[in-house]
Amino acid sequence: MISFLSGAAVFVLLAIAGGMLRVLYGPAEVDRMMASQLLGTGGVALLLLLAAVTDSPSNVDVALMLALFAAFASIAFVASAPRKENEQAEPGGRE
Amino acid sequence: MSLPLALEISFAVVLLANAVWIVIAREVVAAVIIFVAYGLLLAIVWVRLAAPDVALTEAAIGGGVTGVLLLGAAARLRATEATAKPASVSTRLVAAAICVTTSCALAYVVGSLPDAAPTLAPAAMASLPETGLGNPVAGVLFVYRALDTLLEKAVLLLALVGVWSLAPDRLWGGTPELCAFPRRSSTLLLLAQLLPPVGILAGVYMFWVGAKLPGGAFQGGTILAAMWLLVVMTGLEDIPPTSRRWMRLLAIVGPAIFVVIGFAGFALANAFLAYPAGYAKPLIIVIEGTLTLSIAITLGLLAAGPPVRAQHQ
Amino acid sequence: MKLALQILTVLAVSGGCFLFLAGTIGLLRFPDTTTRLHALTKVDNLGLGLIVLGLLPTAGSPLLALKMIAIWLLVQLSGATVSQLIAQLVHEQEPRA
Repeated sequence: MISFLSGAAVFVLLAIAGGMLRVLYGPAEVDRMMASQLLGTGGVALLLLLAAVTDSPSNVDVALMLALFAAFASIAFVASAPRKENEQAEPGGRE
Repeated sequence: MSLPLALEISFAVVLLANAVWIVIAREVVAAVIIFVAYGLLLAIVWVRLAAPDVALTEAAIGGGVTGVLLLGAAARLRATEATAKPASVSTRLVAAAICVTTSCALAYVVGSLPDAAPTLAPAAMASLPETGLGNPVAGVLFVYRALDTLLEKAVLLLALVGVWSLAPDRLWGGTPELCAFPRRSSTLLLLAQLLPPVGILAGVYMFWVGAKLPGGAFQGGTILAAMWLLVVMTGLEDIPPTSRRWMRLLAIVGPAIFVVIGFAGFALANAFLAYPAGYAKPLIIVIEGTLTLSIAITLGLLAAGPPVRAQHQ
Repeated sequence: MKLALQILTVLAVSGGCFLFLAGTIGLLRFPDTTTRLHALTKVDNLGLGLIVLGLLPTAGSPLLALKMIAIWLLVQLSGATVSQLIAQLVHEQEPRA
């Protein structure tokens, strides 16, 4: 079981490395941010697998942190992206 | 090659590729996003190096708060980026030389440590039961090297004052502005209403569990700061003007209580920041609790940046 | 019983890893940002869900199992929101035909 889970961990890491390629090559910034989201999710999966392999429950807390903050960075990215000048405001604005 | 070794090597390769790409990226936003990815990966590396407390902080700061800070800065630079002159070749060569020299020096120092590297870890673990704590990192932070932690929190406040002083004089005490959505997005509103309660719970949990397991005031405070920033970014709330008294009080209450308990140590236990026997853990919990609040406010204000609107607008 | 749980773990984690692989290949090979987003959300949802399901029998305590399920729900919530936001951003930035 341990070796199977370790193998699964290496597999997920390879998937993360693949996502990394998209971060590095992604033609648009949006592509890079999406791949970072994959990195976050992959990291959570990797940490959960490692927690089972090494029997350290504190990894699950780190996975919780990763889950919270990977999304946070993506939201900050979308918030700071440039807007087109001529877009219309949504009905029901600020108040 | 055994599986764990394959894991470590693949990690090292991915991280190095990431780091190289950050340096050679052409655009600021691309470099920032790759840097955020780097922070997320580094958190996993810290776990592999058996440092879960550092991993928690790296995921929070490197993945989250630094991302917000740098993306906001990149957004502000976007206007001038097209016309900015790239650094000259000689500047880049000098920068590269300094970085390579520093890396080689670090590698040499780490590599030349004797095999049984001198360490205080056994002594730290041996004295831990007296403090009532179960997490050796908490022991180091709040008992053995409490003075360092106090000074770090003071530095955090000084950094905040430094950021505020970047604004022109007439804007002192004004309102900062975080990059906010120009129009309401119902999806984001849903997230901003669902996530903060979970985040606040996670933050309090992270602070509370830090006495026994990896965690602590800094990690908990960062989660709380992130939830506050999320609510501000979606436009649900505004950042209050930096002259608000309750905000400034909350920011200093943590270090202030720390200092008070430090001086009380003179009366109660004969040294600055010494704890009377048997009262170490409750005092540390009080310090950590107030520090969590202060760190949350300070980090949130640091990410928000200098004031951009005068106080009474 | 124990054997059944172990088989569940192996099957679920394998399924999760397969989905991770599929999601990464989709992210790398699909032609368009929105199609890549589609691949990404499968990983968030089902990939992580299967891995969590497979790891539940190995959890030491019920509290840990609950924490893992909570993490999965959190990733789903934030993943779903982020994919909506990114899709809106892509839609805005595309040249209007």
